Amino acid sequence: MTEMKFYGTALPGIEIGPYSGKLIVIEGTDGVGRSTHVALLRSWLESAGNAVLDTGMTRSVLAGRGIKDARAGHTLGRLTMQLYYATDFADRLENQILPALRAGFIVLTDRYIYSAIARAMVRGVDPEWVRAIYGIALVPDAVYYLRVRSPEELAARVLTSGNAFDYWESGMDLGLGNDYYDSFISYQKLLLKEFDRMSGEYGFKVIDASRPVRRVASALRRSIARVIEDESPKGSGTVKETVKIESQDKAKTA
Amino acid sequence: MISYGHHRYPGRLFVVEGTDGSGKSTQLSLLYQWLKSEGYSVFFSEWNSSPLVKDTTRRAKKRRLFTPTTFSLLHATDFADRTERDIIPPLKAGAIVLADRYIYTAFARDVARGCDRAWVRQVYNFAVKPTAAFFFRAPLDVAIDRISFARPLLKYYEAGMDMDWADDEEESFKIFQGKILEEYDHMVSEFGLTVIDGAQPIRTQQGQMREIVSRYLKENLKEKAVLPQ
Repeated sequence: MTEMKFYGTALPGIEIGPYSGKLIVIEGTDGVGRSTHVALLRSWLESAGNAVLDTGMTRSVLAGRGIKDARAGHTLGRLTMQLYYATDFADRLENQILPALRAGFIVLTDRYIYSAIARAMVRGVDPEWVRAIYGIALVPDAVYYLRVRSPEELAARVLTSGNAFDYWESGMDLGLGNDYYDSFISYQKLLLKEFDRMSGEYGFKVIDASRPVRRVASALRRSIARVIEDESPKGSGTVKETVKIESQDKAKTA
Repeated sequence: MISYGHHRYPGRLFVVEGTDGSGKSTQLSLLYQWLKSEGYSVFFSEWNSSPLVKDTTRRAKKRRLFTPTTFSLLHATDFADRTERDIIPPLKAGAIVLADRYIYTAFARDVARGCDRAWVRQVYNFAVKPTAAFFFRAPLDVAIDRISFARPLLKYYEAGMDMDWADDEEESFKIFQGKILEEYDHMVSEFGLTVIDGAQPIRTQQGQMREIVSRYLKENLKEKAVLPQ
């Protein structure tokens, strides 16, 4: 069981008490492979018998659709954007994350408050303001920051995935470059700097994401296994054991 | 981001506050007519009017998706959009902006719903401090009387039914409005609200309001100066 710890003032009307789940955050800039790793982790954790909830930005019932519509219109002011995302976050925290943690789920979240803070910083929004808003956030059990060395690497990944550069992911609202590519590079460079700066402040576990997916995935597994095992000192049904069973099964079927 | 009390614009911002049925909207529209007829360039900004947020709010109310925190944050989102779109630009251009409900509405309602007082104030820290904020203070029974004749059906969140204070909507509404009024009373000195006795005749209230507003008006706020032909 873990005691609930919040960055600032806890939300009103929630039950504050120990929870048996784990809150694991996968953070990183656009195109770094967060969703790939969340999907891989999910199936790994589930095959080891853990109940998993995965969530991510703009996936709230309350505000997800509204944010997507507003983004499509390219008319989102920087303060409005921050608050819309904060609404989305609060809805997921209260209705998905906290209930799942209480029920003993491992919650994998694709981005948490740090992406929102980084975006705000890059846009010159008052850091104290954003941090105060996200005072309602639960301090996670672990935050993995998937880090790449350069924005050019991210650009290459976006293109390999077959997508075009997105207006917001390229920071087009900031007028940083003449075209989507230039703007993307400048914007992501600023974001990388913010993430690096937050790394110490929030105790990120930095994962070198410039390596092949398999290597990154196994680094994540090793570390997450330790976070989860912390909780089951009796050693019953630990992740490592089940991983072995899984590989034996594979050997049998092979 | 410029924080509350630090914006410097040539325009003027006047806001009205008060419980439902306090008569504030009536007073604001009378003020609007007067300022227009005097030749000023006036913009009107209403609570809950952002086109980016409207659909989300409507859906959330209908499906009862709100918690006190998300209710607060979505209204702050709406207000941020209004600030960035409808309030700051006209103020920069030297116009007069009139707002029916402002951040004090959020402070009163959200705190009545249990949100942390300091947190709600921090969330709205980007707001422009009004030139003058009028708080129309009407006794609770008068306000409730006025409401029930204007709008017979109380809505779920309006009545505070989400808080389980009472089973009956009217009873819940009274409890909610009482808490809101208490918060407003605390804010009078905290934010220097100008209290207008809402039990006075309409014309008397309007006279008091115009007298105060006129102290802040200058010839250069008139339309001709704002929009050179």
